[in-house]
Amino acid sequence: MFNLTPNKIGTLLKTQYSNMMEYRVEIALWAISGVIPFFMLNIWTNNGLNESLNISNIMLSRYFLSAFFVRQFSVVWVVFTFEEDALLGRISPYLIQPIHPFFRYFAQHIAEQITRFPFALIIAIFFFIFNPESLWFPSIGTIFISLISTFFSFLIQFLIQSIIACFCFWTEKASSFEKLIFIPTLFLSGLLAPVESFPEFVKSWVYFTPFPYLIDFPARILSENNVNIFSGLCVQIIWIILFFIIFIKVWSQGSKKFTAMGL
Amino acid sequence: MNIKKYFKVYKLFNYTSLSIELEYQVNIFIDLLTAIFGLSGSIFLLSIFFSNAKDIGGWSFEQALIIQAIYTILNGITNTWFSPNLTEIVKYIREGTLDFVLIKPIDSQFWVSFKRISPTGFIEILLGIIVLIYCFYINDITLKIDSLFLLLLTLGCSISILYSLWFLISTTTIWFVKTWNATEVLRSFLYVGRFPLNSFSFPLRVFFSTVIPITFITAIPSEVILGISTFWKIILEILVSSIFIIASRRFWIYALKFYSSASS
Repeated sequence: MFNLTPNKIGTLLKTQYSNMMEYRVEIALWAISGVIPFFMLNIWTNNGLNESLNISNIMLSRYFLSAFFVRQFSVVWVVFTFEEDALLGRISPYLIQPIHPFFRYFAQHIAEQITRFPFALIIAIFFFIFNPESLWFPSIGTIFISLISTFFSFLIQFLIQSIIACFCFWTEKASSFEKLIFIPTLFLSGLLAPVESFPEFVKSWVYFTPFPYLIDFPARILSENNVNIFSGLCVQIIWIILFFIIFIKVWSQGSKKFTAMGL
Repeated sequence: MNIKKYFKVYKLFNYTSLSIELEYQVNIFIDLLTAIFGLSGSIFLLSIFFSNAKDIGGWSFEQALIIQAIYTILNGITNTWFSPNLTEIVKYIREGTLDFVLIKPIDSQFWVSFKRISPTGFIEILLGIIVLIYCFYINDITLKIDSLFLLLLTLGCSISILYSLWFLISTTTIWFVKTWNATEVLRSFLYVGRFPLNSFSFPLRVFFSTVIPITFITAIPSEVILGISTFWKIILEILVSSIFIIASRRFWIYALKFYSSASS
């Protein structure tokens, strides 16, 4: 049903990459806007909040730096682009092309991440200049596994947002759903505080939601905090499969409801 | 300048944008949920901090909640008046429709800053006020007339600083065309306004009180409520906010000289 050839993938990625390179400054700014984990780290260490948690300052700063990286490469905005395309009627030509429209958005995200990489690296270098004691070089294996789990995190978020984007077929404005979903993503994913520090009554159920697997889990791998890698990856895969099935269902229902707009 | 005309136009702005927003009624309900969850998330985060320490930067949980309430109110104001308009500026400039604004017999800054209003921020303002009243109760504060006056004055200054920050950044669109993300940077930096300034290390504290005056925005009104603010701080805030307002006006007029229309 997806009709993908390596040729198509290559062309999609190449065009989207050159498109993204045009807006380098914008992407750099976007990378800067992700520095909230560093402010949080400052509150944690400056007030000694981690003492009762048994995490050393160095481990915590590595955790937050990793959280920053994971967030940088799992940011998803497909719902906003899709909403704009739907409202302006640009979806109609995409639909008659012999390729699923979401591959275009997917390629956009991948291209944007490649463009973003150097900026994220620069921010990390600045971080190490200010916190030289937390410098560490994870092994190739660690980098590889954390890359995979970050990509899985990106996939989960991309699928969730694509499902929300499909609501555009019914309501036209779906981005407000995204804002609602973003709240638990922000507070429960471990971006602002490690999930480990959550009170018991939250920890008891939070691992049954996808949120801790979005930031906390990949960040713990990268920062070499102890974590069960195998079970974490399995849970991520389960969520991916689940959301993929829902997405296919919602898409097939929604595209039947589609009424061309703007043209 | 004809004040009456501006009032009339402003009323029409409100009418049209409210009728646009009310077309999407489900959205308003979802925004209500978002505001409630957002506030509870922030309080949850605050409670995590305070479960590990008795006070943060010399502020107890009950006092830090005041900052949270002020932040929520100001964020609601931003979402109602500032961000819908100022993100629109980016669109005017990219599509060249700023031309139509400039030829209208009305002040262009007035037009671009007040055209849209989004009722969803009202919910946040309301929630913030509720939390603030609760804070009065748990902190045993009875607000006297003079401190109420000071609170409104400092809040007014905070709103002016916020508006100017948003407007200054949006104005740079005239040179950079796509600065939608610059407002995201501002938004993420303003995020630290939820926490007491003293909870940050010294270099960051300097940064947040000079480069981006976040400290003036939430800290001083909160200190006024607690009655621990000093006279010179309030004077300083009035000074800073007037500098910001004048700068935003000057910068807009200056930037317009560089505006070269698009696609027409």
